[in-house]
Amino acid sequence: MNPNTGAGPDGEGTPVGRRLVLGMLGLGAGAMAATPWLQSGLETALGAVADKDPTGVTGLLPNGGGFRYYSVTSSVPHKDDSSYRLTVDGLVDKPAAYRLADLRALPQTRLVRDVQCVTGWRVPETPFEGVRLSTLLDAAGVSPRGKAVRFTCFDGAYSESLTLDQARRSDVLVALKLKDKPIGHSHGGPVRLYVAPMYFYKSAKWLSGITVTDEVRPGYWEERGYDVDAWVGRSNGRDDDPTA
Amino acid sequence: MTPPPERTVPPRPRAGGRDGSRVPRFSPAERWVHRTTALLLGLCVFSAGCLYLPALAELVGRRALVVTIHEWTGILTPVPALLGLVSRAFRADLTRINRFGPHDRVWLRAALRRDHRRQERPAGKFNAGQKLYASYIAGAVLVMAGTGLLMWFTGLAPLVWRTSATFVHDWLALAVVAVLIGHIGKAFADPEARRGMRTGRVEREWAAREHPLWRPDEDLVGDGHGDGPGNGHADAEHQIGGHERRVR
Repeated sequence: MNPNTGAGPDGEGTPVGRRLVLGMLGLGAGAMAATPWLQSGLETALGAVADKDPTGVTGLLPNGGGFRYYSVTSSVPHKDDSSYRLTVDGLVDKPAAYRLADLRALPQTRLVRDVQCVTGWRVPETPFEGVRLSTLLDAAGVSPRGKAVRFTCFDGAYSESLTLDQARRSDVLVALKLKDKPIGHSHGGPVRLYVAPMYFYKSAKWLSGITVTDEVRPGYWEERGYDVDAWVGRSNGRDDDPTA
Repeated sequence: MTPPPERTVPPRPRAGGRDGSRVPRFSPAERWVHRTTALLLGLCVFSAGCLYLPALAELVGRRALVVTIHEWTGILTPVPALLGLVSRAFRADLTRINRFGPHDRVWLRAALRRDHRRQERPAGKFNAGQKLYASYIAGAVLVMAGTGLLMWFTGLAPLVWRTSATFVHDWLALAVVAVLIGHIGKAFADPEARRGMRTGRVEREWAAREHPLWRPDEDLVGDGHGDGPGNGHADAEHQIGGHERRVR
């Protein structure tokens, strides 16, 4: 043994520590290579367990399924029937402010699609219900100069945007219900956007403003590197199954 | 954070005095490596919790900030140990952690049998469990950093790699947290071990009981010589220092 290690007789023996470190690196690389098989197996197993798990602990495991709460601000005010307003303005003929009751009085559309987050989680067949965004846009009368729609939220920070063509799709809703119940605060209630064909960051929570603009203005996460046209399976370098 | 330069530990009182029964265990550089690593890894794990656990995420929010904290503390976690390599005492302890002697096998077998009798748990400066823990966490931090980088810089590698990196990162994170809880739990259970990491010294009696094969008096930690990069004749000084101690 090298007498200059300064470790004395304590520093002699098999280099198990080094082997363990290298072994971990090898194991990490091996697990990455084996992920396609490991992941599908685990998802099946966890899915089966989660169905019979009253504690919800499995939901916290990777790929355990279910929604995750993401907020970009420290706290979000609560809005209810009396305090909530959704404004529609910008390049429109008739700007408007809707109360919850106003939105509920409009024709409702129910969609049942998978929800796909850009971070990987997917919640299968989730019913959303609300007013088609196109209904609100038509009511406001979009000026010919209007090319895009910008969404703002009462958390004070989040924003999103769609082209006018995307916004007019029949599977883009101003959603009032999730799983057939009024949307709760933690899921972005009372009103959130629901853009079925796109990654879920497009479905802005706590929606409070719809502004028609002459060009697409990148939203919160888009200024931080995510794609503006966030089609599920065709953007953000991901290949998930499309949700619409 | 750069560890402050090693300074000479003031000479111990020769006789009597509370310090007389205490032996040096960790040099200042080693304690700074431990402290800064603990801080970085702690922030990294906490920010991970804020990103991952719905209850914490709901409480903290500020997702962009939390992501930044997680990425930077994560990638910086190995840095204190790398900087620590300039310390001779730290390198000596790494050698001790790396090398497994026959007594470590005895210790591990006893641990597997849950045999807590002293004579069944021979240990040098670090017992076999500490050695395994240190090596495991070192390897895990590197794997976490590698998979983390693949997720951070999405252009680095094709998509399949990133999916795999996410999978490995998520599951290894659970394993890391489990082992960290064990590490912290062990420290909570042993005040003298904590004092050793806090003050650099432990009771001689504790050392003899917990680490019977460790010869603290032959350690480099206490003499303050040869510890640090600026010391051109470290080996010579070490020889002299060792000699002085033997003479004493």
